[in-house]
Amino acid sequence: MGKSALGTLYNDGDAIVSEGEPGDSMYVIQSGTVVLHRHKEGKEVFLAELGERDFFGEMTIFEREARSATVRAKGEVHVLTVDKKTLLSRIQKDPSLAFRLLEKMSSRIRKMDAHLTRIKGSDRRNWDTRPETFDGFGS
Amino acid sequence: MPVLKEKRPLEHKLSPVAAHDSRNLKLGDGSQVAVIGGGPAGSFFSYFLLDMAASIGMDVHVDIYEPQDFSRYGPAGCNHCGGIISESLVQILATEGINIPPTVVQRGIDSYVLHMDVGSVKIETPLRENRIAAIHRGAGPLGTKEAEWSSFDRFLQQLSQDMGAQIIKDYVDSISFDDGRPVVETRQGLSKKYDLVVGSVGLNTSGAKLFEALGTGYESPMSTKTFICEFHLGHDIVQKYFGNSMHVLLLNIPRLKFAALIPKGSHVTLCLLGEKIDKKFVPDFLNSPYVRACFPPDLDLSQGYCCQCFPEIYVERSTKPFADRVVLVGDCAVSRLYKDGIGAAYTTGKAAASTAVLEGISSEDFKRHYWPACKDINNDNTFGKVIFAITRQIQKRRSAKRGVLRMVSKEQSKEKNSKRMSVVLWDTFTGSAPYRDIFLRTLHPSFLSNFIWGTVIETWPFHKR
Repeated sequence: MGKSALGTLYNDGDAIVSEGEPGDSMYVIQSGTVVLHRHKEGKEVFLAELGERDFFGEMTIFEREARSATVRAKGEVHVLTVDKKTLLSRIQKDPSLAFRLLEKMSSRIRKMDAHLTRIKGSDRRNWDTRPETFDGFGS
Repeated sequence: MPVLKEKRPLEHKLSPVAAHDSRNLKLGDGSQVAVIGGGPAGSFFSYFLLDMAASIGMDVHVDIYEPQDFSRYGPAGCNHCGGIISESLVQILATEGINIPPTVVQRGIDSYVLHMDVGSVKIETPLRENRIAAIHRGAGPLGTKEAEWSSFDRFLQQLSQDMGAQIIKDYVDSISFDDGRPVVETRQGLSKKYDLVVGSVGLNTSGAKLFEALGTGYESPMSTKTFICEFHLGHDIVQKYFGNSMHVLLLNIPRLKFAALIPKGSHVTLCLLGEKIDKKFVPDFLNSPYVRACFPPDLDLSQGYCCQCFPEIYVERSTKPFADRVVLVGDCAVSRLYKDGIGAAYTTGKAAASTAVLEGISSEDFKRHYWPACKDINNDNTFGKVIFAITRQIQKRRSAKRGVLRMVSKEQSKEKNSKRMSVVLWDTFTGSAPYRDIFLRTLHPSFLSNFIWGTVIETWPFHKR
């Protein structure tokens, strides 16, 4: 069976977006896996791993802030770019299109709450030794 | 000009269900919905109806009546279309969580080549990303030996089945009303009463007559004939001669509006759009040196295509595609002029589904919440008609064509150059933006001055090309 994926092909380690750069699009993973990192005190802190049909970069669709994380390809990845203008003009005509984005962002807030609760409930002395992972981030 | 039926005014007519109270027609738990036609519009409607119903905790049953098996080769599995999913629709579907699988996408299109009798130019998108999907609606053209690619229509049908829709492979013989509710009867003797009947019968079946016969005031849209054929060239030759570019031909051939060559896996699809496109017209077009130049020189184009059809294409909206407990979606209601029919199927299918789940299923509900989506598309088509009329005038004038070519070549020569003409042409021929947006962009002083200047320079007798 033939195969021809949409979007742009990124190879292992390629940066798809970089923390701090301006952005006017979000991305939907067509195939493969990406890893989200954030820089803290000169180190790359792992945030999340996303797979097929997940999206990232949606925060710059709704606010004018710079990218909040770096997203790198883990292996071969096809990523489709969704233009801010295309998306916002469609959401204006069909607000239900934003439901899925809200659903995903709501699920990320829920995970963030759970993560925060775990941190607050644990011994503060162990904080520094904890792996800083949180699997809900929109870059 | 295509022969067009006279339009009747849009006033509401008394339907057979008007005698029944239509104020509180709603879907609820256990409601039964029939979708007549399982093409893209029917599948999108079913998918979104079941998705939205589930999200508010409503249990609805959907039967899709579709006798055609989209996993078959040739006309038996095909819904007769050029097979392009526009850039904007690909992005919107991805946002909806619907990724078109790589086994369905035969080629991702990242650019197009504009051919005119004054020259050709390649136009690339700023992102150089494969965001247009070239697909086959069925399993493949006649002569396909094995399942190389999956059908797009089958993929959408499977999405609605995964949501819980049931496919009934039977022809619908009649739709009638019994005690205010629609009854569907099939060729194999099935008779079932529904709460809502949805027509997604396209333009190339007799299905629209079933809905016209209901007496609700529905009249099918006006349409014109187009020509589509498939050349089997093999993957390597398609890659060598076409790459990932769609080829658009704007030639000064009488009756031709435009032609497009769409590269797929191992086939190239030719779509001809114009007035009175018939069997006599096709050889004249194929013998044009500009068409021949797109193909391998040893290929006999008049004998080279393995599958052909003359499907109807949407021109002007239908009349009143809704009534109490009845709604029509896709081509048989409204579509985009000449382009992005699948995008219109998505828009109308989803708008009808959200109306049925969230608002109600009376004629008034569809008029207030579904009809505006149809009117938006139809109003946009008015701008489309103006754009294609202007394009036809440019096709006839050599200096104007040279002006276009000059402007596009200049824009494409440097990364930083403004790409006003390139974007206008891209959006016009790929169906990626509303016609209104495209038209307004052509009124920009910079666009107009560059185009007029380019055209004037090209008419200057001492100008060196």
